[in-house]
Amino acid sequence: MLSIADTSFSSRLFVGTGKFASSSIMRQAVEASGSEMVTVALRRVDLENPADDIMTALDLNKIHFLPNTSGARNAAEAIRLAHLARAASGTSWLKLEVTPDPRTLLPDPVDTLKATEELVREGFTVLPYINADPILALRLQDVGAAAVMPLASPIGTNQGIRTTMQVEIIIAQARVPVVLDAGIGAPSHAAQAMEMGADAVLVNTALAVAGDPVRMARAFKAAVEAGREAFEAGLGRQSKTASASSPLSGMVTADLNFIQA
Amino acid sequence: MYHRPTLNHIIKMQIILNGQQKNLDHNITLSALLDSLNLQPDTVVVEINGRIIKPGQDPLPELKDGDKVELIRFVGGG
Repeated sequence: MLSIADTSFSSRLFVGTGKFASSSIMRQAVEASGSEMVTVALRRVDLENPADDIMTALDLNKIHFLPNTSGARNAAEAIRLAHLARAASGTSWLKLEVTPDPRTLLPDPVDTLKATEELVREGFTVLPYINADPILALRLQDVGAAAVMPLASPIGTNQGIRTTMQVEIIIAQARVPVVLDAGIGAPSHAAQAMEMGADAVLVNTALAVAGDPVRMARAFKAAVEAGREAFEAGLGRQSKTASASSPLSGMVTADLNFIQA
Repeated sequence: MYHRPTLNHIIKMQIILNGQQKNLDHNITLSALLDSLNLQPDTVVVEINGRIIKPGQDPLPELKDGDKVELIRFVGGG
């Protein structure tokens, strides 16, 4: 079973709640995904439409809340959002995101490390979103991150795992759980991540923009379970040469003369 | 008996609410401000001049002229 900090999760699929067409579809998709951890963001109340509240849309008895610091461009902004998130949610769990450039939304490794250090000192359970950098993952683990969340590809791109080599190193080295985050666009990507040995995946856009988000959530649930099962079963070795699955003796066919011995 | 209105009843005060100037009656409480916006106190977190206040837990202060007030809540996000 997956365990992060002091909490166990029977589902290895984490779900983001952004970009859904309605909070009702979001709630149904979260339910269909079987996820026990959802991410949320903090924003100013829309004073024109103050009734819109996501907290009432989710069953918080069943689901852990993981507030993110999206929108933070440096460590100071992320720390401020962390304080607000803790006040608003009562949880000290935090998905730390520091993205200085809105065009790429790639995380700032220097300020992410700084903010992690500070927030761990303040008692937060920090899950930093990072580029797939194995050394950074080790540094974050060293200063007390509860997990690391390397990106598969940039946020919202649905491009799947473009960082395979680095993620494999992170997984091989990490003592904390590795949650593959961002860019996972199809159930096959999620299954691949789990087969590689990721501890969990976080998916948002792929569900929210799917033709039918609820069915897609079901598909991701099955894919994550299949991928994890395969990882635990132990995948067979890859080989450059063919090796017959059927016996090579007792063939009923004659030799072909154009095949070289 | 006639009471002369005090200045407090006439002069409005100005706060910055979520980045926008807003005119309010003098000495309105945070609680009354949330009420006027139809906001359930336990669904928001408030920052007044950088200090975090959690309605539903912390006592709600009166607002003063020039206060910078941020009303923040959770929204969908990844």
